[in-house]
Parts: sequence; structure tokens; C-alpha cells
Amino acid sequence: MSTLEIKDLHVSIETDQGTKHILKGVSLTISSGEIHAIMGPNGSGKSTLASTIAGHPRYEVTKGEILLDGEDVLEMGPDERAQAGLFLAMQYPVEVPGVTMTNFLRTAKTAIDGEAPKLRTWTKEVKQAMEKLRIDADFANRNVNEGFSGGEKKRVEILQLELFKPKFAILDETDSGLDIDALRVVSEGVNRAHEDNDMGTLLITHYTRILNYIKPSFVHVFVDGRVAEQGGPELADELEANGYDRFLATAAAGV
Amino acid sequence: MTETPEKIAGVEVGERRITIPGFTEEGENLAAETNIAADHTHGGLGESKEITSGAGSRANRHTGFNLAEFPDPTGREEEWRFTPLKKLAGVLSDTPTEGAGTDREPVDYQVSGTVEGVVVSTLRHGESPRGDVLQPADRAAVVGYKNVDEALHIKVTQNTEVAEPIRVDITGKAAGARANGHIVIESEPNSKAVVVLEHRGSADFNGNVEVKAADGASVSVISLQRWENDAVHVGQHDAEVGRDATYKHVAVTLGGHTVRLNTNFRYAAEGARAEMYGLYFADAGQHIEHRTFVDHNTPRNSSDVLYKGALQGETARSVWVGDVLIRKEAEGTDSYEKNQNLVLTDGARADSVPNLEIETGLIEGAGHASSTGRFDDNHLFYLMSRGIPEDIARQLVVRGFMNEIVQKIEVPSIRESLADDLERELRISGH
Ligand SMILES: Nc1ncnc2c1ncn2[C@@H]1O[C@H](COP(=O)(O)OP(=O)(O)OP(=O)(O)O)[C@@H](O)[C@H]1O
Ligand SMILES: [Mg+2]
Repeated sequence: MSTLEIKDLHVSIETDQGTKHILKGVSLTISSGEIHAIMGPNGSGKSTLASTIAGHPRYEVTKGEILLDGEDVLEMGPDERAQAGLFLAMQYPVEVPGVTMTNFLRTAKTAIDGEAPKLRTWTKEVKQAMEKLRIDADFANRNVNEGFSGGEKKRVEILQLELFKPKFAILDETDSGLDIDALRVVSEGVNRAHEDNDMGTLLITHYTRILNYIKPSFVHVFVDGRVAEQGGPELADELEANGYDRFLATAAAGV
Repeated sequence: MTETPEKIAGVEVGERRITIPGFTEEGENLAAETNIAADHTHGGLGESKEITSGAGSRANRHTGFNLAEFPDPTGREEEWRFTPLKKLAGVLSDTPTEGAGTDREPVDYQVSGTVEGVVVSTLRHGESPRGDVLQPADRAAVVGYKNVDEALHIKVTQNTEVAEPIRVDITGKAAGARANGHIVIESEPNSKAVVVLEHRGSADFNGNVEVKAADGASVSVISLQRWENDAVHVGQHDAEVGRDATYKHVAVTLGGHTVRLNTNFRYAAEGARAEMYGLYFADAGQHIEHRTFVDHNTPRNSSDVLYKGALQGETARSVWVGDVLIRKEAEGTDSYEKNQNLVLTDGARADSVPNLEIETGLIEGAGHASSTGRFDDNHLFYLMSRGIPEDIARQLVVRGFMNEIVQKIEVPSIRESLADDLERELRISGH
């Protein structure tokens, strides 16, 4: 049983126009086996939260903490965070020149486990995971994300999720850009990781459709750099029906 | 990435085939997001010039042995426009080797791995086959040629197959001291050999190499530039490839302050396959220039050129200029050339210029490509967010990128030592 705690997190970035405050006091706790959905308007800071948890150097934490089973995550580099069991499925997965998927997956698995996987079983495991996610076998020889379509990139993120077996996964709009079949296939992948590894999940999305497949027990409404309201799955339906007006008005009034 | 076919002289050219199974599309998209190279490199497809005649054509490049016909370059000439001429002053002058004929010569040659059927001797000016293949095409080559009294001659006699590589260790012992070298490799009919030229140490080295691959011969020349970082090296490596012969030239340039290699081949008959591969890693302050010229002067031959380079550090500089000329008589030619660069840090610059000239429409195929991509903080973050430590992430990218060339080297010990070299290169330039 693990917990990921985010406490009063404030994050800013340096831009040409000066310092921009994006997260303004985010608090959230996720335990193993839980699924939390985060919904919120464009630009409210959802990806910033995700990147900050993963340790992107661009984002500066000015206040607050992130703890994984009591350990200070902010002290760790991005590689150490992944080794500690955090995984971010990115909204925009990066194309990496020169590195084949096969080579990448093996190197990452070795780094995360602290030892090289047994070649024969690993190759089989990768092959099976790719089949389940309906990723063509020749993707193994292609460079990481290079030339993959938007939907293919998302599937490959979930492939990694299944292979790396993290304690906590943050899925940043993994459903965006997926066709109807892919949405189902990808959701099944997430659910498998969930059941097999008792993974805790933070699912960032704009659409309730994915929530039919991946069922959250908690929904957080994210507005202007903080959690404006928390509730159960019914909150997602309310957002779907009424949009964010109610929260935006509050956020504006609060300024 | 799909690249739309281009037409040159009515013939479809462009991305057409990938040479190694399992490496399909490797690095193909490098240029997608960032392209820091100069205007003559764009997207995944390099510049192509449609030249069939006129002064710009490679067919009209002056070659010869008369020094008077090669004035000191100004830097405005096509063949010198990317080169830091000041740094080459020590190798462009008409100067003999320091202490020539004594044991104080700044460069030492050790030949090893010669077995029965391999004859090592020297050739004075006018002694054939010296000068039969080499066609000096710039001042560097002609002053180098002129200032060597005795060229090293390695002959692999008819039908001899040499299993282990023949090695020539070329070691510089005095930085800044001028040395001229000339190696003649002669492969008699149906012979087979791999010749490794390994350059180490430091000198101002001007070295020509000529290779005659007779009918049915198979020759690989692997030229390793593992110089110290104050060495200067210019050289022209020419080959003539006989009927049904196979020729491969691999240039690996890691060390040296300024290195400029012109590697060329042409054919003597039909049915031959010739390849030129290159791998380079330019650090801060290094200028590494490779120029390749494939002269399809006879019908029904094939050629393949692939050069890959990584650049790291302020002022790291690389140049690749790849000329392919398919002459009117070269019907049935099959030819491809590609250059890819991976820029690891800001301030480095890669120039990449493929030139394809086609004078006949009756060919099998002709393609070219060029791309320059960047490895940046987002790439690094992506790999690190998957648990991969920073140093390994960089190694992974560079090794993966270079692997396609490393695999072309048939000597296992060189492949292994290159992996270590690349690791060291990454550490040297820091980050
Ligand atoms: N690297 C950056 N440079 C400049 N501005 C940034 C950067 N990262 C985030 N921002 C700004 O911070 C705010 C929050 O961005 P973020 O990507 O976290 O939003 P989001 O909630 O994920 O939006 P979306 O739903 O559109 O994905 C936006 O106004 C965005 O422009
Ligand atoms: Mg976002």
C-alpha cells in the first residue's frame, strides 16, 4: 500500500514576460488502487501538475511538497522518480531521434528494476503487450515516437505503463486523439495495470467517455491552478452537462 | 516520414530505399522540429542541384599533378567555402615532411597483419601503380603527392583472401610538424582484404590514399581518425573499382583539431558495387569535414553513401558535401547517398550538402537525403522520466544513431572500441 501526497503545491515558470504562477496551492492524496480523475478548463494547470510530479526542470516549485510514501519526491531527479515508481503518460509524447523502441524499452526497464530483464522473457512480454494494445510489431524497430500518429503515441505510452509497472501513473489526456476502438484498448491496458499492480491513477481528461471504461472513485475539478471542488463520479456528469461556468465564476470572484 | 519524389533530368529520385533491415527509418525524421543547419539543408531532404553542364558540374572539376594549376585557395572556391583555411596553413604549403629521410620524421608507419600473398614495398614517383588511381583535386592533395618520395605500397596478390585485417598504424609524434604520406593499396583480381588505417597522435598530416580494386576484388578500407585534439589532417582517398569488384570505404573521425577528408571512387568497368560510409563526432573547437564523390563513369554499377555525425559543444563544426555524378554513359546506375547529423547541444553547427547530377535517364535509381536533428532537453526529459539516468540517455541516443555505421565495420574489435570511444566523447565535451 503506497500513497502519493501533494501538499499545497505552488509552481511557477520563468518566461520572457517574467515569472508566471501556474499552480496556486494544489493538495491531493492518492493511494494504491485508487483512480482519481482531474477535469478542468484549458490552461488551468493540469499538465503543469503532471510535469511537476514527473520532475520536468522547467517547472519551479516555490512552495509545498510531494511525498511518495513519505519520501520527498522534489529532491529526486526525473529518473529517480521513475525508479521510485512514478509514471507520466504525457499529453504530447516526445519523439526521440536515433533510439529504437526496442532499445529504449529495454534500457528503461533495466533502469527502473535496477537489473536487466531476462532477454527471452522480456522479448515475449513486450511482444504480448504490444499485441494487446494492437501496436504493430514493426514499431519495435522504429525510433521512439518518431513519425507515430497521435493515437499511436498514446498507445505506446500505455505500453510503457504496462511494462514498467509503476506504483502511480499520471495519465495526461491519454484519451485525446484516440479513436473509439483505441480508447477501449488503451483503457483496458490501464485497467490491467491497475488490477495486476494495484496501481494508483491520476487521470487527466476533458471527456467523460473514458470514465465509462476507467471508473474513478474521485473526481477533482481543477480551475486556475487549484482544486476547486472534489466529489464522486457524479461530479463528472455534472461537468459534462453544465461545463465549468459555476467554478470559473467562483475563481474570478476569489481574485 | 514520406518524402515526395523529386525529378532530376526527368528521372525520379528521392527517398527510395533504406539499406539495412531492422533499421528502417532510423533517424529519418531528425529534421522534423528543429533544423539549425544553414539554408542548404532542409527538412529531411537535402538540397539537390540540377546541373548537367557548366562550371558548377563535378565533371568539370580540375584534377592533375601540376601544382601551378592549384593556386592557394581564398575560401571563396566551391571546394573550400566551408573550410577554416587558416587552420590548414600547415598542410597546404608546398613543404616536405620535417626531417624527411631521417628517424625524426613526425609520423611513424607500422604495417602489420600482412600474410602470405600480401606484398609490402615502396613506390617512387613515376613507379606504377602510384598515381594511376589518385587524381589530385585540390591543392592539399597535389602538395601532398609531390612531397612524398616513397609511397607505401600494399599489394594483395591475385586470388589471395586475407582473413584478418591488414593494419597500418599511422602515428603522429609532433603536433604542428608537417608530414606528408601516400599509401597505394592494390588489390589484384579476385583478392579479398580489409585494410585499417589508424591515425593517432598528432601532426600536421597531409596523407593521400589510392586504392585499385581489380576485377572481382573485394576491398574494404577503414580509415580511423583517432588523433589527439591538436592534430590537423587533410587527405584524398581515391579508388578505382574494377569489373564485378566490391569496394567499401569507412571513415571514422573522432579526433583531430581540423580534419578534411575527400573520399572518392569511380569505376573501371561494369557490375561493381562501391560504398562509402562515415561516422564523426565533433566536439567544441573541432572542424570535421568529409567530402565524398561518386563518379558513375561506366554503366551498370551501384553505389551507396551514408555519413552520420554527432556534434556536441560550442563551435563544434561538421561539413559533409556529397557529390554524385551519373554520366551520360553510366546507364543502369543504381545510386543512393544520405547524410544525417545529430546536434546534441547549442552552438554546434552541421552543414550538409548533397549534390546529385544525372546526365542520363536510363538508370535504375538515384536518391539522396540529408537531415539535421537536435537532441534537446525535451528528449532528455522524456528518457529520464522513464528512469534512464542522464548519461545513459545521451549514450543511448548517440549510440543508437551511430549504430547503422558501426555495423558496417567488419572488424569486431573496432566495433567494440568505437562504443567506448563514443562514451568517452560524450564525457569529454561534458554537458
Ligand atoms: N513551458 C511553458 N511556457 C509558457 N507557458 C506555459 C508553459 N507551461 C505551461 N504554461 C502556461 O501555464 C498554463 C497552464 O498550462 P497547462 O499546460 O498546465 O494547462 P492544462 O490545464 O494542461 O491545459 P490543457 O487542458 O489545454 O491541456 C497555461 O496558461 C500555459 O500557457
Ligand atoms: Mg494539458
